Amino acid sequence: MSTTSEPNTASQPTENIAPAEDGTLRVALAQIAPVLGDRPRNVQMHLDQIAAAKEQQADLVIFPELSLTGYFLRDIVAEVSLPRSSLEIAQIVEAASPMGLVAGFVEESRGHHFYNAALYAEAGRLVHVHRKVYLPTYGLFEEQRYFSAGKRFQAFNAARLGRVGLMICEDLWHVSAAAILQAEEVDAVICIINSPARGVGGPNIATAETYEMFARTYAQLLGALVIVVNRVGFEDGLCFFGQSLAVGPDGRVIARAPAFDESLAIVSCDLAELRRERLITPLGRDEQLLLTIEELKRIKRRRYEA
Amino acid sequence: MKLDSDQTDLTINPALVAEILERFIRNEIERTGFRRAVFGLSGGIDSSVVAYLAVRAMGPENVLAVTMPYKTSSEETLRDSRAVIADLGVQSLEVPITPQIDAYLAHMPNVSRMRLANKCARERMTILYDQSAAFEGLVVGTSNKTELLLGYGTQFGDLASAINPIGDLYKTQLRQLAKHLGVGDAILKKAPSGDLWVGQTDEGELGFGYEEVDRLLVLLVDRRWQPAQLVRAGFDAEFIDRVVRMIRRNQYKRRLPVIAKLTHRTMDRDFRYPRDWGT
Repeated sequence: MSTTSEPNTASQPTENIAPAEDGTLRVALAQIAPVLGDRPRNVQMHLDQIAAAKEQQADLVIFPELSLTGYFLRDIVAEVSLPRSSLEIAQIVEAASPMGLVAGFVEESRGHHFYNAALYAEAGRLVHVHRKVYLPTYGLFEEQRYFSAGKRFQAFNAARLGRVGLMICEDLWHVSAAAILQAEEVDAVICIINSPARGVGGPNIATAETYEMFARTYAQLLGALVIVVNRVGFEDGLCFFGQSLAVGPDGRVIARAPAFDESLAIVSCDLAELRRERLITPLGRDEQLLLTIEELKRIKRRRYEA
Repeated sequence: MKLDSDQTDLTINPALVAEILERFIRNEIERTGFRRAVFGLSGGIDSSVVAYLAVRAMGPENVLAVTMPYKTSSEETLRDSRAVIADLGVQSLEVPITPQIDAYLAHMPNVSRMRLANKCARERMTILYDQSAAFEGLVVGTSNKTELLLGYGTQFGDLASAINPIGDLYKTQLRQLAKHLGVGDAILKKAPSGDLWVGQTDEGELGFGYEEVDRLLVLLVDRRWQPAQLVRAGFDAEFIDRVVRMIRRNQYKRRLPVIAKLTHRTMDRDFRYPRDWGT
């Protein structure tokens, strides 16, 4: 896929993107246990994992949601936030170069709004920041109390991996998010999560089973690689279960990281699978985007303009 | 709404639960800089489960089981506690509380059975917290979800602890976990009792069985059924009403003392930090 000559910007017209190239991409799933509210220690943890991923010849290293801060922050949000131009982010982006890097942080905007954000960087450059759109505020979650919501699901171009969409945790629970990324013609969806274990009646944790089901379903429906990276460790009694996973475009699980333990799983993703899968089941080709847009306009008139 | 058996299913995967709880105990103890666990052992299912979990998490040499009999405590209680201690090889300490309780009673005429039970529970709490300092271990709680919801425990007594691994498990589920962990038959088969007075049993005192109330609690609390729907599904209206009132009346026991708000930032209202801050 587009390798070097084209700039990797989010506004890149999709027609100019070369299809995913043949070959294997080595993806490191950095399933860590961040320290709650201790950014310096977490930066160091990132540097250590980045070094380990490089040692294993990874092309891309992915950290979980809010990897630089921990999850259950409450009032700590404003104490660990960073602008995207911060030195700490520059430090990990530089350390990861030339690999690709996905990491989670609390982004503070110029207007002092706080976002649950995911960054993508490669070759030492920050390429894209996704701000979590769906902030769960029910049950044990209280994200809307602390975070502003992102407003888009915009894909971007990554060297080798092709067109990539980022999601953060609850984003994956909204079918519209996946539909938008399908319209964005993504080759890969990277979803970073902080999912606490709930439901212990079955062979596996119920929330883990749900994530795997979603990842497999979207991978198959989008004909795309879906990578989910979760954290481990405890915060205030919440048990983050790990079990990060990579799913191929046919919906089969390629690799699964262990439950509960920190790990750096290296996953080999065969990019030729994307082409083969889309030949066999060309769902993206047959998708009627204009029909969807017209239907959504009609529904918008009924629900918001009547 | 139809009530199918899925809705009241309290089955747990005990191996999975044990793994999570073992990691929880180790993590919560170590992140505060401790390496050891202290708890009160009564010889019942709940504290025996905590004993087995604590040993899995920290090793028997780092676990202190404290038995604190009063003169009315049954022989059975002591026998079952000693069996757990022997089976696990944990450190143990027996601290009878009769002298200090009776010294207090000598100054206090007409203490009711309930007040005596609460007094004993709080006496035991002070011993556990003192042993926490002496043994350099965190106090591990032994209250289950059924008791916490019904308020069937003494505030600042047996409800007091630093960490509680079993507070999200109903009594019915603790039985499954106890069996998996190897808790002995003598403990599994006897009627649950706080041993508050001679012949006391939980179910006799509450007026309903744990299985019966757990089935109702899981519907009310976890599956969010409304009382009227449960009446239509065949539950006794009076029973539901009683349980709902118990849950509501005892909410205070599950919270910090209420603080009169005066400033812009008040503990636990708008001064909101996680407990595991920076650890």
